[in-house]
Amino acid sequence: MALESLTSASATELSLALQAGKTSALELTEACFDAIAAHNPTINAVITLCEESALAEAKAADLQLSAGTAGPLTGIPLLHKDIFCTRNVATTCASKMLTSFIPPYDATVVSRLQAAGTVMLGKTNMDEFAMGSSTETSVFGVTRNPWNLNCVPGGSSGGAAAAVAAGFAPLSTGTDTGGSIRQPASLCGITGLKPTYGRVSRLGIIAFASSLDQAGPMTRTVEDAALMLQAMSGVDAGDSTSADLEVPDFTAGLNQPIAGLKIGIPKEYFSHNLDQRVAEKIHEALNELVKEGAELVDIELPHTEQGIATYYIIAPAEASTNLSRYDGVRFGHRCDNPLNLTDLYERSRSEGFGEEVQRRILVGTYALSAGFYDAYFKKAQQVRRLISEDFQKAFERCDVIAGPAAPGTAFALGAKSDDPLAMYLEDIYTLSVNLAGLPGLSIPAGLIDGMPVGLQLIGRSFDETTLLRTGHRFQLCTDHHQAKPTLAGVNP
Amino acid sequence: MSWEVVMGLEVHLQLATKSKIFSGAANQFGAEPNVQACAVDLGMPGMLPVLNSEAVRYAVMFGLAIDARLGKRSVFDRKNYFYPDLPKGYQVSQFFEPIVCEGEFEIPMEDGSLFPVRITRAHLEEDAGKSVHDAYTGQTGVDLNRAGTPLLEIVTEPDFRTAAQAVAYLKALHSLATYLGISDGNMAEGSMRCDINISLRPTGSDEFGTRTEIKNVNSFKFVEKAIAIETERQQDVLESGGTITQETRLYDADKNETRAMRSKEVANDYRYFPEPDLLPIIIDEEYIDAVRSALPELPRIKRARFISEYALSQYDAALLVDTPTLANYFETAATQSKAPKLTANWILGDLAGALNRDSLQIHQSPVSAESLAGLIVRIADDTLSSKLAKQVFEGLWQQEGTADAIIEARGLKQVTDTGALEAMVDQVIEDHPDQVIQYRAAEENKQKKLLGFFVGQVMKASKGQANPQLLNTLLVAKLRSS
Repeated sequence: MALESLTSASATELSLALQAGKTSALELTEACFDAIAAHNPTINAVITLCEESALAEAKAADLQLSAGTAGPLTGIPLLHKDIFCTRNVATTCASKMLTSFIPPYDATVVSRLQAAGTVMLGKTNMDEFAMGSSTETSVFGVTRNPWNLNCVPGGSSGGAAAAVAAGFAPLSTGTDTGGSIRQPASLCGITGLKPTYGRVSRLGIIAFASSLDQAGPMTRTVEDAALMLQAMSGVDAGDSTSADLEVPDFTAGLNQPIAGLKIGIPKEYFSHNLDQRVAEKIHEALNELVKEGAELVDIELPHTEQGIATYYIIAPAEASTNLSRYDGVRFGHRCDNPLNLTDLYERSRSEGFGEEVQRRILVGTYALSAGFYDAYFKKAQQVRRLISEDFQKAFERCDVIAGPAAPGTAFALGAKSDDPLAMYLEDIYTLSVNLAGLPGLSIPAGLIDGMPVGLQLIGRSFDETTLLRTGHRFQLCTDHHQAKPTLAGVNP
Repeated sequence: MSWEVVMGLEVHLQLATKSKIFSGAANQFGAEPNVQACAVDLGMPGMLPVLNSEAVRYAVMFGLAIDARLGKRSVFDRKNYFYPDLPKGYQVSQFFEPIVCEGEFEIPMEDGSLFPVRITRAHLEEDAGKSVHDAYTGQTGVDLNRAGTPLLEIVTEPDFRTAAQAVAYLKALHSLATYLGISDGNMAEGSMRCDINISLRPTGSDEFGTRTEIKNVNSFKFVEKAIAIETERQQDVLESGGTITQETRLYDADKNETRAMRSKEVANDYRYFPEPDLLPIIIDEEYIDAVRSALPELPRIKRARFISEYALSQYDAALLVDTPTLANYFETAATQSKAPKLTANWILGDLAGALNRDSLQIHQSPVSAESLAGLIVRIADDTLSSKLAKQVFEGLWQQEGTADAIIEARGLKQVTDTGALEAMVDQVIEDHPDQVIQYRAAEENKQKKLLGFFVGQVMKASKGQANPQLLNTLLVAKLRSS
């Protein structure tokens, strides 16, 4: 297989090449490391490399391939967002708080993907504790968008999205609490799926907001996303909120036609917040789906605007307590020479957490405080239910909801860093999906001025199958997902 | 002015499940520090709680035992505060919707009456670890073995007016927990810890005074003392025109005083909210029926049965049903001896005394229920006087064999043979002519006293084995007749 295609092909294509003996897992892994070596110094998508273990895993995969015991993911290189605990490998959440943290356990997602035969290349950059939409709050520095180095890759799974787009690995894991898979996938021109809450185990994923967090695949194609989701999914005795449901065969129905599929178009997703050029791209994409036999239905999601306020109460509230364990006592950053216990807490946390994390801890603490609980947290819970009901009503009239994944294309580095509210608006089309626990997929829908736009598809609870089928159909009849950044001038 | 004390109690009962409430780590006391704490207990990043279904079953057992309303859907909440022995920075508890709701618990009092206590609620939560302050100079150690131990926090209405009621309630609760097998009840190891909410009001008043909460009192004795000393303190404050501050206080057993905890330790806004990592606990009728059908005979049922079946007093019955082991001991001994009242007296008297003397629990008794029954049988059939019986009991305690074997070996058989006893009586009368004259000359009321002399002499001659009743009858008859 040509060297270039080793770093641009889909996992499905690579798997076929591996099975056919056209390349080896070792060669593939080395090609990925070469790409990382060439471009990561500029892009800064990968923050930890596991070369030694990856080469060993690749060799083991090659043995399986030659023995004929390989599965579809055997020997496929992958990166993990640095929010997934990896045994004996630093897991930092891109925070100073955890730069020294080496977990003695793997996240369930990590062990399942390892069991599927993937080769772990390393860990990707992210917004600190997954709090952000630009990967600018990482203690390891910003990740740059491979399509334009002056732009952000989105976030919080920006490192993962940039890595897949830049040819570092065909697969990466991400997590999505309010859009952290779909928005960077949109901004980097890749495929990103946030599964239904409960589809994938959260055990071993460093918690941001427990009722919203969900891990999912970030890939070059929908087909790859189906393959990867298959390996990630399923009930986990270690996560009480993982769904005890039979996992469907996500790849089996991919090629079925979508004739008669009803696609709901929420008018709220095409309001003044949206860049009109993005709106055009989305409509073009929808027309492609109509050509394939889908039917567009106008729907309403009336509480979309309130979604932001609701999300920015619930997520920080949960985060404020999830992050209480970082107290400098047992692990993580500890300040020098604490004077007493309060000083230990205050300085360890002030030094260990960045500004955005501290902001959210403060907001969340406030929202849960005596006297404010009813006005904020409880009210937010009620609105959250209304948002869920909006979706339920909408799905009485359609099978899939479509709209943009983000209000615009990638913005310039630093453009929104000092304006948290503008940054929070990046998630306006994605976070309602988390509040309702639904699956959401972002797929490339073309370029505006050379920068990718993502089409978001939202599905019924635990109906990733329909989402994947629709997304795959789109990729069968368009080639937006095959567009690659040139990486010209990326070489330092 | 006279004051009425008003108290409500919160008891933290450690549940004796094999593993912790949210992790698979062993739930045992006394291991080396931090060896029984897994990644979940340590609050490591990414770790999640998984509810131990045994803890739920224990809570439901308790709820059924006090006829409480059960929360068909109960929810865990996070209680947020920072402390080094609280690894996650929050305790998983149940605040808004507990598993056990209102119930009532009847407490047997010493005077034989039953004192009803209203239970407000009981909820499941995890215990914190322990801060070890005295092992290191200038530093504090943290032992997280206890972190995640399942607790049932049992809260009462402010129904207590005396320390005796409070202690009786705690003892009854301890007994119930032991019956249900839901707790080892080892108070010295912290298996049952009590918070006392206490206030004073003028006798006859309907309004509650300002209360203080005395935290973590660890023994029945300390509960009694803490209540006494806090009552005294509040009374002094009120009578000198002061007001009580609502606060949390600690009972210092060494100094026998309560003192306010530093305000920083208590000025917490716990920011309770539903724990998103756990699903609500849903219990249905089928589950409840299954738990109910597996309940053991409860103390109050057993107590009533002992009273009707064995004709025991309310008080004796209450003492005997204290633990299932003691109750079984009694039932075995009473059934075999066929003298339940006498058996009860021996168990609560000599046996309890001997156990107490040697600091033994009933299950460690050197005298088995069967052995004791053997002794009781010989008392009931007049083979032994109560005095001889004590000697036989000593033999049983020393494990010299069965009561009959000891009687034989020590030659302790009571002389009930009228012929043999008559001979001894005659001899004594013959040997003491002066005393006989004195006796016969004395008035009736003085005769009684003089009779004692003859009884003593015959007892001496019989080496204490004469049947006292028989001896009395014979002596009186002989002394009168001649």
